[in-house]
Amino acid sequence: MAKATTGNFEFLKVQDVDLEVERRGAGAPLVLLDDEEGLTREAAFVDDLAKSHEVIIPSAPGFGHSSRPDWIETMDDIAYIMLDFLDQAGIEDATVLGFSLGGWIAAEMAVKNVARIGRLALVDPYGIKVGGPWDRDIQDIWFLPKDEVQALKYADASNGDIDYTEMPDEKLEVVARNRESFARFCWRPYMHNPKLKRRLHRITVPTLVIWGADDGVVTTDYGKAFADEIPGARFEVIEGGGHFPHLEQPAAFMDVLGGFLAGSQKAA
Amino acid sequence: MDAWYFTEMPYPHLPPQEAYESDRVNLSNAVFDPEIGAALYNRYLDEYVIADDLGLNSMLNEHHQTPTCLDAAVPLTAAILARETTKGRILVLGNPVANRDDPVRIAEEMAMVDCISRGRLDAGFVRGVPYEIFGSNTNPSQTMERLWDGLDLIIKAWTTRDGPFNYESPHWHKRAINIWPIPYQEPHPPIWTTGSTDGPNVDRVARRGFHFASFLQPHERVRVLFDRYRAAATDEPEAATRRLGFMPIVAVGENEKEAMERAAKLRWFIQSKTAPQFRNPPGYVSVDINVRALKGEFAGRTAAIRQEGMDYLIEKGVVMAGTPDQVIAQVERFYQRVGGFGHLLVMLQAGFLDHEETVRNITLFAKEVYPRIRHLADTAKDDGARPTARTGQA
Amino acid sequence: MYAWHFTEMPYPGHPDPDTVPSVRVSLPNKHFDPKVGADLYNRYLDEHMVADDLGLNCMLNEHHQTATCLDVAAPLSAAILARQTSKARICVLGNPMSNRDDPVRVAEEMAMVDCISRGRLDAGFVRGVPYEVFAANTNPTQTLERLWEGIDLCVKAWTHRDGCFNFEGKFWHKRSVNIWPTPYQQPHPPVWITGSSDKENIRKVASRGFTFAMFLQPHEKVREMFDAYREASIYDDPEEVRRHIAYMPLVATGENEDEAERLAKKVSWYLGAKTAPQFRNPPGYVPVSFNVNALKGTYSGRTDAVRTRGIDYLKEQGVLMYGTPDQLFEQVKTFYDHVGGFGQLLMMQQAGHMTHEETVKSMTLFAKEVYPRIREEFAFKPAKKGAAAE
Repeated sequence: MAKATTGNFEFLKVQDVDLEVERRGAGAPLVLLDDEEGLTREAAFVDDLAKSHEVIIPSAPGFGHSSRPDWIETMDDIAYIMLDFLDQAGIEDATVLGFSLGGWIAAEMAVKNVARIGRLALVDPYGIKVGGPWDRDIQDIWFLPKDEVQALKYADASNGDIDYTEMPDEKLEVVARNRESFARFCWRPYMHNPKLKRRLHRITVPTLVIWGADDGVVTTDYGKAFADEIPGARFEVIEGGGHFPHLEQPAAFMDVLGGFLAGSQKAA
Repeated sequence: MDAWYFTEMPYPHLPPQEAYESDRVNLSNAVFDPEIGAALYNRYLDEYVIADDLGLNSMLNEHHQTPTCLDAAVPLTAAILARETTKGRILVLGNPVANRDDPVRIAEEMAMVDCISRGRLDAGFVRGVPYEIFGSNTNPSQTMERLWDGLDLIIKAWTTRDGPFNYESPHWHKRAINIWPIPYQEPHPPIWTTGSTDGPNVDRVARRGFHFASFLQPHERVRVLFDRYRAAATDEPEAATRRLGFMPIVAVGENEKEAMERAAKLRWFIQSKTAPQFRNPPGYVSVDINVRALKGEFAGRTAAIRQEGMDYLIEKGVVMAGTPDQVIAQVERFYQRVGGFGHLLVMLQAGFLDHEETVRNITLFAKEVYPRIRHLADTAKDDGARPTARTGQA
Repeated sequence: MYAWHFTEMPYPGHPDPDTVPSVRVSLPNKHFDPKVGADLYNRYLDEHMVADDLGLNCMLNEHHQTATCLDVAAPLSAAILARQTSKARICVLGNPMSNRDDPVRVAEEMAMVDCISRGRLDAGFVRGVPYEVFAANTNPTQTLERLWEGIDLCVKAWTHRDGCFNFEGKFWHKRSVNIWPTPYQQPHPPVWITGSSDKENIRKVASRGFTFAMFLQPHEKVREMFDAYREASIYDDPEEVRRHIAYMPLVATGENEDEAERLAKKVSWYLGAKTAPQFRNPPGYVPVSFNVNALKGTYSGRTDAVRTRGIDYLKEQGVLMYGTPDQLFEQVKTFYDHVGGFGQLLMMQQAGHMTHEETVKSMTLFAKEVYPRIREEFAFKPAKKGAAAE
């Protein structure tokens, strides 16, 4: 996979969180909310987006190098921090593009306040419960063996191979910390906010929900149910893509996203 | 030195180990035959009563969703021993506070056991081994803070005497706590906790004056933990040492051959398997340990102990096995190597060691070994300092 | 019919109720002397062993923060009886599911007791009386919902045999439940539930095939509720329906009328135990319609008449049964006829200041002189299956 460049990093104090923010390119603001593993920001398509947008990547509290005060416990807390960030940074008419956990955060933001959000694109987000108490809506990535989880996440499991033994400690620390924070916020209730489903109707901006056809963690049925709760949302499936369709099928992903941005955004 | 008899109450009648993924968490309970289970429960409880008769104290623990430990609710077995034993103390090590959703109930359960036993309870509290969070669904990044938050609430519940109090903390909200009964011992039973890697937590345990125990760890590791405890304790090292406990697997035989056969059977316990994804859930250990795990330098806390042979285990003190003289020498050697300790928690039963052999093992230990290691730490000195039975109404 | 010995394990040495606002919830535990408590625990457990020897079954319950009941963890006393009795069935009535924060643990505890006793457990679940919500800090408007969600999760944990299952309910989230041990009885121990006024809930109990129990209520009220249960029962065989209906009176059996009356007064101690008004009806525990009456002054909690009227009233209503063996037999029979029949007689044979000797004498007289006649008179015709007792 082609790797993206890195942009300019800064830390912003949002409430008592030291929020790590990366910016790349220039143009209309596009707030990219990374997945829980921090993989997306490293993909080449982000540089393509940066050709026509200012891509702004705030790391959620506890992820990347952002701090994690003890009081931050839920996606609700994180969503409010991110909304405070939009206020503080003076971002207007933002495109908010969230991947996996980042997609959940984006949805939590949009149900609360869309004053600074122009449009929303969610890629294989978690965040709602669709079935009944006995149903496993979201595969249990902490319970299943590692190989099985990787096969669920990727259309081609080998796309998930990462050799951690060669990484510098500084980077491994981010990996270990991301994993810990992911569990901290998503353990129970497992990967969802029981309240979110009944709030999604409040999202009044144009919304695109993109799903990997081969996502085994949260299936396309789950994705369809998610999109159905958002008034007027478009639902697009990417063949050959798993839980991270943008990593496995970047061209197809950019086609779908590009069409949505062109249709919902004023010309830059 | 005090000795405490222990078995995890295993259910060893399992399919071949290669036929399933993990002994713990997800081995289907269809494997459990209640008829065999009923016989095992009653047999293990009988063995505790025998150990008590022979002058040993009793230690109990609990685990969940695993055939390695049928004691899924240790307050229940502690209550039974409170009624059925008469002399020895009863150590619960421990109550998995982090994974239990109501510390006040634990306070009540322990107070009830303390009353029924007329003040013979030692109450231990643990955060639970990593795989426990899957059954309980506790957030692995919060086990330590839940343990301490819960422990504070329990002690407050045990010791408040003047009507309901309020407690609203990050993990528990109670508004009118005033438990009946209160513990028999004043102000409350001795408190124990365990540890294996977390240094700052050992400091905290030591500063609070709680007993600290380490299970089945090599002597070098135990030395580090015990020294750290002694350094952080607020009293003299000699007194602090008497609050330290260690658990080896112990096999005593009439002769070496008998002992080694017994040790080989007991080793069943450390050979049970846990699937990799249950061994280190995210946030259970610190970020720096997980950085080492990612580099392949840390594979859970017990990898070496699981894989190495009997010589290694005996050398490290994880297993103590032999004739009475040999076991005494091994206890003494371990005692010297770790700088002393006050409580030997002896796993004298595990796996397929049957009733007759277990009783033989208990008897040899109690009669031939225990009297000759008691002098190692003068725990009798603490009898006065120990919480004692109340003399009257508070 | 089967009979069960019961005591709430009281601590009667507390201050005169007239001098304290409440013996429940707020009575400071400084009034509890652990030495006295230790003796009482062991004595009450001894009495259960005597009951077992006499051929009676044993029933246990739990309450919190009250001098009326030292059994704050019924699974512990049930575990003890599982080891120390040999014949009796052991009914925990019940586990306060709404106030327990982990139904899977309750499932584990009950499975353990069932194994240790080799299948002698009857497992009851209750939502808990009103004052319990204060210590537990459970929302009083949700106790029934919690009770049923907890029961569903517990029964699933008992019966699931294929590895781990998922549960994400309103109150509890578990993702990998696979309990060890499972219960001894297959598919699971008989389930009991209590009730007093909520017919909708009684129909739910009936529709699940669970045993329904009422405690210390006047016979007209009991009849009304038992009728509601019978109408909704899933059992076709009327004997099987009857087998699943239980009632608890206070019981005192004496050699002569004087002795019985003296014991009856002692055992009635229980009814006089005082609960401060604010603990009796927390908002949302009973339906709005009841609370409208409460505001008008026409409803003041569920047990007012029972608490304040004398023993003649209690005897007439069947709340208290006392007398010589002959008289006691007649009272059971009368009550049986009044309420349309029932199958399980739960007997509070010890309360308050009744001594060990008095308790053992009363229960022995009952077991030897009354019980055989009751068993014969109200014998179950051969049951099809799923016996709740014996």
